[in-house]
Amino acid sequence: MSAPALTTLGVSHTEIILTSVCALLLCGFLAPFFHNREKFFTSLFFPVIALASFVSFAASFLAVGSGLTENYLISAGLPGLPFHVRLDPLSGFFITVVSLLSFFVSIYSVGYVKTFIGRQPISVIAVFYPLFIAGMIMTLLANDAFFFLMGWEVMAISSYFLVLYEDRNPKNRRAALLYVVMAHVGALSILLSFAVMAGLGGVGQETFQGYTFDAMRSASHTPFWAGVAFLLAFVGFGAKAGVVPLHVWLPEAHPAAPSNVSALMSGAMLKTAVYGILRVTFDILHVSQLWWGELVLIVGLLSAIMGVLYAIVENDLKRLLAYSSVENIGIILVGMGLAMIFYFFHMPLLSALAVTAALYHALNHAMFKGLLFMGAGSVLHATNERNMENMGGLIHKMKWTSAIFLAGALSISALPPFNGFVSEWLTFQAFLMSPSLTSQRLNLLIPLGAALLALTAVLSASAFVKAFGVSFLGQARSKHCAEAHESPWSMRIGMLLPAVVCLLLGVFPSSVINWMSSTSSLLVGETIAKSASGFGWAWLTPVAAQRASYSAPMLLLGIISVLVIVFITLHARKNAIHRVPPWDCGYGGLTPRMQYNSTSFAMPSRLIFGFFFRLKETVKTDLFHKRSPAFPGKMKYSLRVRDRFWGLLYMPVIDAVFRMGKLTAKLQHGRIHIYLAYSFATVIILLLMVL
Amino acid sequence: MNILEQLLTEAMQIALTALAAPLFVGWVRMLKCWSQGRRAPGILQPYRNLLKLFSKDILLAENASWVFRATPYVVFGTILMAGSVIPVISSELPLSASADIIALVALFGIARFFTALAGMDVGTSFGGMGSSREMMIASLAEPAVLMTAFTVSLFSHSTSLSVIVKYVQGLSFFLSPSMAFVFFAFILIMLAETGRVPVDNPVTHLELTMIHEGMILEYSGRHLALMEWAGMMKLFVFSSLGIALFSPWGIASDVAGVPFALLLVALKLTAIGVIVVLIETGMAKMRIFRVPEFLGTAFLLATLGMLSHFMLE
Repeated sequence: MSAPALTTLGVSHTEIILTSVCALLLCGFLAPFFHNREKFFTSLFFPVIALASFVSFAASFLAVGSGLTENYLISAGLPGLPFHVRLDPLSGFFITVVSLLSFFVSIYSVGYVKTFIGRQPISVIAVFYPLFIAGMIMTLLANDAFFFLMGWEVMAISSYFLVLYEDRNPKNRRAALLYVVMAHVGALSILLSFAVMAGLGGVGQETFQGYTFDAMRSASHTPFWAGVAFLLAFVGFGAKAGVVPLHVWLPEAHPAAPSNVSALMSGAMLKTAVYGILRVTFDILHVSQLWWGELVLIVGLLSAIMGVLYAIVENDLKRLLAYSSVENIGIILVGMGLAMIFYFFHMPLLSALAVTAALYHALNHAMFKGLLFMGAGSVLHATNERNMENMGGLIHKMKWTSAIFLAGALSISALPPFNGFVSEWLTFQAFLMSPSLTSQRLNLLIPLGAALLALTAVLSASAFVKAFGVSFLGQARSKHCAEAHESPWSMRIGMLLPAVVCLLLGVFPSSVINWMSSTSSLLVGETIAKSASGFGWAWLTPVAAQRASYSAPMLLLGIISVLVIVFITLHARKNAIHRVPPWDCGYGGLTPRMQYNSTSFAMPSRLIFGFFFRLKETVKTDLFHKRSPAFPGKMKYSLRVRDRFWGLLYMPVIDAVFRMGKLTAKLQHGRIHIYLAYSFATVIILLLMVL
Repeated sequence: MNILEQLLTEAMQIALTALAAPLFVGWVRMLKCWSQGRRAPGILQPYRNLLKLFSKDILLAENASWVFRATPYVVFGTILMAGSVIPVISSELPLSASADIIALVALFGIARFFTALAGMDVGTSFGGMGSSREMMIASLAEPAVLMTAFTVSLFSHSTSLSVIVKYVQGLSFFLSPSMAFVFFAFILIMLAETGRVPVDNPVTHLELTMIHEGMILEYSGRHLALMEWAGMMKLFVFSSLGIALFSPWGIASDVAGVPFALLLVALKLTAIGVIVVLIETGMAKMRIFRVPEFLGTAFLLATLGMLSHFMLE
């Protein structure tokens, strides 16, 4: 399939996308002037952002479909280094993902942001929300290190202010601080990686030309320095993507932001980091060593399993979703790691299979995670509650939200016919192809990775049975949940559209793979598009029909027809339905507090995988009769689950920083003659060094 | 085969799954009665139970939502769909191409997901307890399932069930160490996934031990009938999967071979019933937190199968 390129009409795709970026930036700058007409402004402002995102989506979608590459120069920026812009299938793919999600989230925001009016000034959101989207698209468009880092910083800083938006809560302030520190540790690492790649590019230090991606691409790197550059980039982008063990900021910062921003951060912003890893490893450094792929695969598996285990034991709905993002980034990395290993062994078709799986999962995750965060936002909006222990029975009050959230839960649990299954299935197929590798060691170890991925998939289903079951099903566990109400129409539409996209992506995978074939060709020089749809559009046959095939339309059609036939047959005869109280074993008096809640649902997993967590469990019994446990009164159970990595990895660093701070503080005396002595000594030392 | 013949075999496959499943369960229950020294109610009893339930009115809990009411249909549909892709009477099954072994496992996943949600829908403790335990057992079984699929696909270079069946049929002698390991792993998985002793007890309503029964405790009338029927089909489908993977001899490749294939399938199922009952009678139900060890053994066996394929074959 090759979509008609807009170039035939004499329009450049890049210019269209840049125009929408300018429109977004302009929105951000104009926003403060409307601070006293908030309601009118919100109804006008977010549709404009949605429109800009849609335009950018359409242009990049067509560009990827036709597989074109456009270079463009903006004569601004540093002297001697104008902004280099490049729209190729890789950046086009990620711009499509980011702007499509931004489009949905902006529609949702019309209703969602209005709920803040009267409680808090909305100008902060109005300024930084469009800047955030613009920053992501700028990052993806950049073709030199400076423009890339500029976009990266716009994205990081604007999201920092968005995380800080509800700053009356001290937890949010702490989350924002942690976020901005981690973002800059990551950015520093990326900067160093670019410096290594540019410095060894052979262009020389006199001009800035070495900092364009074109120069880095054509430069020849020694294996050692290529490895250093890869490692720095992987740490930097990994910190942004939230891979274990650099993930601790993610479950703090993503839930702290307003839900529309959480949706963008988890759905879109993490993908810019995935893009960065792909750009550096495949496009610039050409995967020259085997251990890169192995490292990415192992880190991916670790993130997937740790992310999902923490998601299962989490009681806060938004934190559960955030941990699940860690898991999904892990799955994407697993696909990328396999692609890198296959690429190293010169198996382009298998590499294309694995990289398609990773890209497909990136697209899927943007859709369903955006959708789920928006759903959590609707719940928050209706009940003012994030803790699942106080929810329950919302399906009766919020019919739309619950149905849409269920679609998202099915997608993320990798169940057919939704989209999550397609990408996980492709990843499994890539795993199953690993016996064709020539390395015995990898042959033995890679299948264990597949088993770990299978464990992750079902644990994630378990986490979402819990999330949906505890919050939406059963009986309301608190008064404000019993009085919940449905969200306004704009929010419902903003959630319904990605749910439809999730289903479409799941039912028509071969068309989607056709569309993204240019991206996989750019990365690994091969595509599975031809073989994937070789059996007809309804069948997905990644390598060959003999090897494996999957047909979502057939399964969907089959299940629906069985459903309809059974339903009609059974309803031909009228059996009455009597509504009765649920079975209470004859004791009477079932209360909502007797239901299984989030903590109890997770209990088996907590017990089996307990060594992954730092658990603190206490049971306290009030005794009626002093000292006699024979007559217990009220029992209190409390549980605290903490991230092991926090104590293992972060506290030592934080302590070390403070110790160093104290040491350097000894230099400070506040007396001017001591400072003069310091300067004098410095000058002498410098002179000695120069002479 | 032409289109008409293909449609005919597919229709027979679906009919076999739906209609023979209660018979198979009746056989298993009858054997169990005999082995425990009780008189059996007859092999047709499951059909009578289903008919009785279909004609009854429904008692629906007050706060049951549409998820609760839709679940029986979804579960029945997905399990029947799973049955229709396993080539057990003919390897030329047209629907077989629409789901390979991984997609098949995912079909069971849909059924499990909805059953677990239905368990939580009414908001009683039993339902939630069943859902939580079911999801735990499923997540522990899954790595073993995948490892089994992996090893089987190592032989045939395919995850497509038809191709696996044809490949195994082509072997004159099929007893390799890796297949033996995987076969034992598969039996353990099958016991766990279909809720048999020692993991779950399908006949108990003793509150602290039930898993699957806990989730469907609130169902009645035609909803319960569909859930029960789907449970029977699940046992049947897993047995057919075992036949397709480990003993596919006699599975027809054209319409003329189908009657003979049916006969052979009946014989194999009879034997499987005996094996299941021998295991169930010989073992007691284990504590819920012993299940990880049980499924860990299954995973270990499957992994040994994979390793021995690489090392010995």
